[in-house]
Amino acid sequence: MIRGYAGKFLEVNLSTGKISETRFDDELLRDYVGGRGLAAKILWDRLGKKWESIDPLGTENILLFLTGPLTGFFPGGRTCVSGKSPQSNGVIGSTVAGEFGVELKCAGYDGVIVLGKAEKPIYLFIKDSDAEIRDASHIWGKDAKQTVALLTKECREILKKRYPQKGEWKEPAILYIGPAGENMVRTAVVAAKWTHAAGYGGYGAVMGSKRLKAVVVKGTGPLPDVGDMEAVKRLMQAVCDNVYESELWRRWGTGSGGYEFAAKTSSEPVRNWQEEWHDRREFGVDQFENRFWVKQFWGDFGCPTTCLKIAVAKSGRFKGAITDNPDYEMQAYLGPNLGIFSPEDNVFLASLLDDLGLCGIQTGNVLGFVAELFQRGILSEKDLDGIKPVWGDAEAFAALARKIAFREGIGNILAEGTYRAALKIGKMKGVDVMPYAVQCKGIGVGAHGIRSGKDFVDIYGYACSVQGGDHTSVAALPLDDFRSELLMTFHDSAVYCYFNVFGFSRRTIFEFYKAVTGLDLTMEEWVNTKALRILQLQRAMLLLGGPDLKWNPKTHDDNPPRFYEPLPTGPFKGKTVEKTNVMNEVKRYYEAVGWDENGIPKTETLKKLGLEDVDKVLEKLR
Amino acid sequence: MAEKREAIWIARELSKCSGCRKCEIACSLFHENRIWPEASRIRVFMLVPGVDFPHFCVQCEDYPCVDACPVNALSVSRETGAVLVDVEACTACGSCIEACPGKVPHMHPNGKHILICDLCGGDPQCVKVCQEGGWNVLKKVSREDHAYKLYARTPEEVTRDLAVKLFGEKVEEFL
Repeated sequence: MIRGYAGKFLEVNLSTGKISETRFDDELLRDYVGGRGLAAKILWDRLGKKWESIDPLGTENILLFLTGPLTGFFPGGRTCVSGKSPQSNGVIGSTVAGEFGVELKCAGYDGVIVLGKAEKPIYLFIKDSDAEIRDASHIWGKDAKQTVALLTKECREILKKRYPQKGEWKEPAILYIGPAGENMVRTAVVAAKWTHAAGYGGYGAVMGSKRLKAVVVKGTGPLPDVGDMEAVKRLMQAVCDNVYESELWRRWGTGSGGYEFAAKTSSEPVRNWQEEWHDRREFGVDQFENRFWVKQFWGDFGCPTTCLKIAVAKSGRFKGAITDNPDYEMQAYLGPNLGIFSPEDNVFLASLLDDLGLCGIQTGNVLGFVAELFQRGILSEKDLDGIKPVWGDAEAFAALARKIAFREGIGNILAEGTYRAALKIGKMKGVDVMPYAVQCKGIGVGAHGIRSGKDFVDIYGYACSVQGGDHTSVAALPLDDFRSELLMTFHDSAVYCYFNVFGFSRRTIFEFYKAVTGLDLTMEEWVNTKALRILQLQRAMLLLGGPDLKWNPKTHDDNPPRFYEPLPTGPFKGKTVEKTNVMNEVKRYYEAVGWDENGIPKTETLKKLGLEDVDKVLEKLR
Repeated sequence: MAEKREAIWIARELSKCSGCRKCEIACSLFHENRIWPEASRIRVFMLVPGVDFPHFCVQCEDYPCVDACPVNALSVSRETGAVLVDVEACTACGSCIEACPGKVPHMHPNGKHILICDLCGGDPQCVKVCQEGGWNVLKKVSREDHAYKLYARTPEEVTRDLAVKLFGEKVEEFL
């Protein structure tokens, strides 16, 4: 057995109630590692041949909660959630911070594989090797804060009753959904604590489709044996020492971005990306910090950065709102993107979306989209159930968010996410509204624009990514570039927080992998073989898509139309992206990763990587 | 000859805890040579998100746990003032948990003996990592004649206090 792994996976069939253990052989784990890579492999092996017919919100989809060998060892614990995505219809490796992955490994499992669909709301409770499906009807419908409170209390009471000699039980780790997930809203998250979320992919809706309210885990064992404990300790210290030297993310998290990504780099969504610049100093991090932060450093297992901060509105009309920072993505998407420049309104909306179990990025994207349609008179107050989403009106956006979470009225359309809502509204109104949908392959783009050329995403970054608009997995060249999704795939497969990697040698990450697993792996081997193989699997499933949507690389390996409009304001006014340049870069990327001129993985590429079965299935796309 | 050590105390500013759990990692690495949160002598509780805090022995002035042990498995270190567990003698009966006003001692996951902070013999590892990261929740100070026992409170009691401090109203619904 490879070191660093617990050695087995828990497999739960919610249709039959059967709980069993699954093991993967060493060779497979060596190639696909864990997390995102392993998710792609499991999904391909089990669903690949019928991928196009699998409804992401149907019984047949497989939901995965996976750790990786470095989870718990590399500072900054995360868990990878995956399955067939109800947003992209491909596979997203969506990670969430927290202790869930560590608890799971301490319970003796590297992951949880969930099949089928329960008859009534349930949750899964894992205590070491004991796992049980429990009734969740009393928790169904509860918001984030209530869900966490009820499950923490209930599960601690169970533990206390079963193990009276133990003393006080610490809380177990919980991954759960809010009302949005229950209602299969495609922008619903899988959440941890109150504010942490696996947002990209829409796996909260998949949990809801399976009537799985939560997975709760308490593991009392140690983390697995490692290859070289002294080396692991040394490298853990090295990661921390590197982090301690930099001030930015420790002090502000990404919360300085709400002002800086607009004022400095002109790459922040403002009014649904109609602009990417503002100079509103009242939205500065100092005001978030001085007025709202009650905790300056908040983090998860082993994290030296603790980039999160806890914000509480203690007075005013949104008194009682609690959230983290908000971080940059939440600031941007629930702030300037909605014409909101008030930290107070931003804290309120972030807190509300946490409570509802909605992704701030994806839902903020759809809210901005609908506000622009209202601005342009395409949607009226009547279409929007009497709500007027005027830029800057936090209450109006809150009302829409609630409608989305419960799929009421217009919310039922918006709950489909920006791309699908655009298709429906376009049909309803007889107008092409796709020019206002700022998304890529069903996924609203992260809050990092490409027009000014001053942010980190290249002009083909979203267009070529196998995770669409996901800003944490963009295409970049050369393939071993720090920003490349092939390296991101390593972080999300070994499963730890890549925020603790910045400024740290890329090669040292592989040293860490060796110290934990005992296996040699060079960066070159990873990028050119293993990550490339995972990329092909993700690309194959993305292009197969279905059943409701299918992507055509010729039209969809592209930026949202908005990114071809010149920036109207700010120091980079007039700057835009040339379509011919993008198309040239897309071709260059295709070549680098071994795809043909139509964007389909080449037979030669797939054979070289040992993916003959993928090649066979992709034949129909060529 | 062993160096004469000064009795110490770990001062704690709980509301600043980041929840990074580096203290648990350092403690379990030092005592077990593994990362083992449930075997750590210091445990970070987070019964309410954001209300993270380390829970560990305060070395009460009257050491009620030591008195309560029916098999004399607990003693007080003369050098550091820490409670020492004789793991061979301990029968894992849990009397010390009951006697502790903060319900601090907890059973080793192996079920064989109790876990109580031993102050790492005077050089507490948890303090090091907490200071190194600049959180400064924990600080090593000289042990004086103070009412340290006041800090021996249950996780629920501490959670309630800290939650009020951080969040103000609305706390009841989270507990």
